[in-house]
Amino acid sequence: MTVRELRLKSIFLRKQLLKYIYHAKAGHTGGSLSCTDILNVLYNKVLNVDPKNFKDPDRDRYIQSKGHSVEALYVTLADKGFFPEDDLETLCAYGSNYIGHPTKKVNGMEQNTGALGHGLPICVGEAIAAKLDEKNHRIFTLLGDGELPEGSNWEAFLAAAHYNLDNLYAILDYNKQQITGNNEDVMRIDSVKEKLQAFGWEVREVDGHNIEELIEALNNGPFKVGKPNFIIAHTIKGKGVSYMEGNLKWHHGVPSDEQYEMALNELNESQSLI
Amino acid sequence: MKKYIDQGKNDTRSGYGAAMTELGRTNPNVVALCADLVASLKIQPFIDENPDRFFQTGIAEANMMGIAAGLTIGGKIPFASTFANFATGRVYDQIRQSIAYSDKNVKICASHAGITLGEDGATHQILEDIGLMKMLPGMTVINPCDYNQTKAATLAIAEYEGPVYLRFGRPKVANFTPENQKFEIGKALMLNEGTDVTIVATGHLVWEALIAAEKLEEQGVSAEVINIHTIKPLDEEAVLKSVKKTGCIVTCEEHNYLGGLGESIARVLANQHPTPQEFIATQDTFGESGTPEQLMEKYGLNNKAIVEAVLKVMKRK
Repeated sequence: MTVRELRLKSIFLRKQLLKYIYHAKAGHTGGSLSCTDILNVLYNKVLNVDPKNFKDPDRDRYIQSKGHSVEALYVTLADKGFFPEDDLETLCAYGSNYIGHPTKKVNGMEQNTGALGHGLPICVGEAIAAKLDEKNHRIFTLLGDGELPEGSNWEAFLAAAHYNLDNLYAILDYNKQQITGNNEDVMRIDSVKEKLQAFGWEVREVDGHNIEELIEALNNGPFKVGKPNFIIAHTIKGKGVSYMEGNLKWHHGVPSDEQYEMALNELNESQSLI
Repeated sequence: MKKYIDQGKNDTRSGYGAAMTELGRTNPNVVALCADLVASLKIQPFIDENPDRFFQTGIAEANMMGIAAGLTIGGKIPFASTFANFATGRVYDQIRQSIAYSDKNVKICASHAGITLGEDGATHQILEDIGLMKMLPGMTVINPCDYNQTKAATLAIAEYEGPVYLRFGRPKVANFTPENQKFEIGKALMLNEGTDVTIVATGHLVWEALIAAEKLEEQGVSAEVINIHTIKPLDEEAVLKSVKKTGCIVTCEEHNYLGGLGESIARVLANQHPTPQEFIATQDTFGESGTPEQLMEKYGLNNKAIVEAVLKVMKRK
């Protein structure tokens, strides 16, 4: 897939996730739009995963620690053919497998997540397991900035460096906002780069909406042999829909009919400019 | 009454360590984790023989549970071990989400459970762990009674697919069950047949129950003694069959009466065969410092307390 095609794909995925959130009247809109480009690049340019042979033991692993942004993951997996897109019409509905946080009941999902601060420790275990079995696959996780204060992440940062897990890639969806407010006001996590470097990780910083920068960072690891990889992806919560961007209301907000139409119009216009 | 001989006092945690040494040699899928309590958990021989299959996490139990969940891929069987309070209460959400809800084949192996941890006192004496673990859907909860049984249970859970909480203790206690016994998860063991009262016990209290039964025999009371090493899944049939014969029951455990074995049995009896029951358990308190014997006496967890409970419950028939 070319960079242009990936840009178009990002627009498509944003429209898709808005469509299903709009229909379900539920979902984490802002955070899903924030990580759409990251997931798009992961699944279409980075991860070695095959929808037809998902259980391949040599596949790359992706575990979404910020599980609440599951809608972005659902539409990405559906687009890759892990399950029929129509299944998402049951998003968050009674009896559906497509619930509000990742579950292994859905083809393509590696792990049940949702409570924050869990994804990275599991990935550390999977990265150790890969080394133990002398496998070459890589392990990726996506962290929210709001979940960084969870102490288990910092325990895992230590362990990943201690065990020299250069097959582990942690991506931070750094939109600087969380449900209550700005990270800055809720709990400062500043100097993330320096903190992670001090914890023994090799760090890269990218624009999390720039396809080329994401490809460059995610496909060129390990950044340093013997060190775990940390990618700070600077993002915007609600990215792609101007009235949602940076507006906390859209952390868990669902668009009205009028708002949904406005969002689609804007995304269609963005699409026509690519 | 059937005689049980103490083959020499030993700690249940050493039974765990011995089984880990054996698993290190016999099962290449077994890997071990520990949060800075290697000596207490008796797993140094495993580490010496299998340095590549041991992962020290430092004092970071939440991370240990997450790593254990991740390590299950490729068929590995992680045994994550630390003290019982750090293995349960401290990391409940990790166990709930990353292990139980995700149905990971992780073995949570917890030493120093209960009041008999002794001198270190209340912070380390967890009396709530059985309740915490048995409430998790899909979690198997096992509390073996002595060295031999803990060793057998450790070997058995390696063969079982699914999350397990294995609870054992610190002090040296009577070792009276057979060496090289076969351990069947979920199967209660009849230790002594009797007709007047059923005594079911788990963990360190099984030996106390046997002593109590001997004392009762001298008073002309015929006590049936059952070892419930697996609290979940509970061998309901064994309990029901016994109380239908004896008409009353005393449940014995080194745990709070809230959430423990006694409550699990009370539920079964209430549903299927209402029976007078007395609870040998701690009475919703934290512990304190002391020798195991002093604390068992104070908190009513010894054979003397069991005898009193039996005499009381028999009057309620």
